[in-house]
Amino acid sequence: MQKPPPAPPTILGRGNAEGAKLVRRWFEELDATARAGGPSAYVFVMGSFAEVLRCFDLPLVLPEINSIQTAVRHVAHEYLNEAEDYGFSPDICGYVKADVAVQLRRGEHPMGRIPRPALAVLTNACNTYVKWAEIWERMHKTRVFTLDIPGTRAADRKSPPGSSSFENDRRYVEGQIRELIALCEEITGKKFDIDRLRRHLGWSNEMNEAWARILELNRGKPSVFNALTDGTIYLGVSNALRATEEGARYFRELAEELALKRAQGIGTVTEEKYRLIFVGVPCYPIFRRFNELFTEWGGSFVCSTYLWFASGGANRGFRFDLDRPIESLAEGSLLSVRDAMDSMFLNDRVTEEMIEEFGIDGVVYHPIKSCRTVSTGLADGRRALMERKDVATLFLESDMMDRRVVSEAQMKNRADAFFEGLAARRQREAAAAGG
Amino acid sequence: MIVTAGIDVGSTYAKAVVLADGQRVLGRAMARTGFKLPEVSRKVFSEACAEARVQESDIRYTVATGFGRNQVPFCDVKVTDLTAAARGCFLLFPNTRTVLDIGGQTMKASRLDDEAKVRSFRLNDKCAAGTGAFIEKTARYMGFDTHEIGPLAATSKNAVPISGVCAVFAESEVINHLSQGCAPADIMHGAIVSLVNRAVQLMKRVRMEPEHTLVGGILRFPTMVEEIRKELGDANVPPGEMVQFMSALGAAVLGYRRAMKLAQAARA
Repeated sequence: MQKPPPAPPTILGRGNAEGAKLVRRWFEELDATARAGGPSAYVFVMGSFAEVLRCFDLPLVLPEINSIQTAVRHVAHEYLNEAEDYGFSPDICGYVKADVAVQLRRGEHPMGRIPRPALAVLTNACNTYVKWAEIWERMHKTRVFTLDIPGTRAADRKSPPGSSSFENDRRYVEGQIRELIALCEEITGKKFDIDRLRRHLGWSNEMNEAWARILELNRGKPSVFNALTDGTIYLGVSNALRATEEGARYFRELAEELALKRAQGIGTVTEEKYRLIFVGVPCYPIFRRFNELFTEWGGSFVCSTYLWFASGGANRGFRFDLDRPIESLAEGSLLSVRDAMDSMFLNDRVTEEMIEEFGIDGVVYHPIKSCRTVSTGLADGRRALMERKDVATLFLESDMMDRRVVSEAQMKNRADAFFEGLAARRQREAAAAGG
Repeated sequence: MIVTAGIDVGSTYAKAVVLADGQRVLGRAMARTGFKLPEVSRKVFSEACAEARVQESDIRYTVATGFGRNQVPFCDVKVTDLTAAARGCFLLFPNTRTVLDIGGQTMKASRLDDEAKVRSFRLNDKCAAGTGAFIEKTARYMGFDTHEIGPLAATSKNAVPISGVCAVFAESEVINHLSQGCAPADIMHGAIVSLVNRAVQLMKRVRMEPEHTLVGGILRFPTMVEEIRKELGDANVPPGEMVQFMSALGAAVLGYRRAMKLAQAARA
């Protein structure tokens, strides 16, 4: 009997499978670096300056992603306990504590060994970054470079591009980037190559462009990716492989896959009844289950502030000018990191825009115990939003790392009541339209 | 006659109400929830049917609610206790616009529209702070049983200020006050005032509007109701033990509405 012809290759599902594979491979490479005793650069999701660091062949470690991995693999409590035994308070950021335990274990991590930092590069986008890097400085004598990105943290008071104040800000960032380059030369003993920077910026351009396109594709109905679950995979690749050829290819292909889903009307849930925004940082200890609290009711997260700030503002789709690479990197970083900060601190404005653009039914806020930076303003942002928009909102409190403060039964009760309210709202709207 | 049932599996007690034509309570039953939720839900359902003198097979529609609603195997549909309590309150007090429900482990405030739909809601924090568990533990630490809370608080002359509402730290708070010579009745009263302050705060967060209706097991203590009325001016309280059955009652009302819809659809 003849064998049936092989099924035609499909690109559907490729992004998630390939994304997971790439992140695994990245950790394998870090493991190899650690075992060889090689140096690495520790960077953060809100402005990594990967384009510069890659010019010096410094493998990038993202401690935030390391910590997330301990939570989604259900071992975060071991790391948190170890840091707390060491003396850290339960109130300190869970990402920091999990990383401290990784350092205390000499890099031992569920995904492999993590190399020590020769250099840490951070921005002022998160105040904890500064204190976190000080720990490595004390533990490993790591060289720490903090980029001060000017941002007023006040709505409508930012220097607009083209203005003299913006140019001053841009030059201020450019000066810092030039200092960073000099430091990298000193640490690695390698000479800076501006053409290499151009290549890395070119790949970041492709990634930024695709990222903006991907976010835009979810404006249509049904949503082609889940901003919470799928989006987190994309964020992992975007941070781990930023400014690389492989990263650029991944995002190009991902945009292609999602465009196909859009064209064929393939959504993420069987029946998308409610389109939701997620505001805050995900609940990683029960990552899948948290999402199910919503998908069970036909709710789908179509966008999130997380996809903005945890991509370092890549959502803007900024295009670096390769003819003036350092100047343009300064400009792009200023705009993107500032934007990432705004999506946290001015979340009401960002959310209001999304409600219109994405046809949103409800907004889910997820303040977390261990991150004041993201969580403090959420209640206020919610109130401000509700004064301007007649939209259903839900406030679920837990944590991004610490399962001791994640109460699934309490969250489910709130989520169920939220959906009952949404259903009642629909009925009222239908009655009003009919009558 | 259309007979429906509402089963409320709460964190402390499971309740069932059997209702005729969405209005008349035929029977009800209550039992400690314990750990076997499917069994206890079946038990209270059977007992309520027996009191109503109806066969279980006569029940046209059964709605489950409460924390254990997903463990009621024989229900037709599940709703949250917010939705159920709103319906129950509307049946007895049709002008209800704000509901305060204080149960064993949760405190809930909700604002309703004029069709008993929940417009806004707030729940207590994730712990048992400021719920029935806090009051029960305070009583227990002083050697009193739950049913003695009402009479004990009623004899109080001056409520002792209680700073916290943590069910775990209630013991140290009680010991501290007893060691200072405070009367148990005043400590109990103080615990109730502390709980009321928290409840009113929650109601403010939903932008409460009159009429207010109070439900949940803790509201069966007259001192609790008096203190809340001091804060709110006035509030509806279901009569007698019915205060504990409001979510089950509301679930039975929702069952009736659903049964009517199904009947209409069948006729069409």
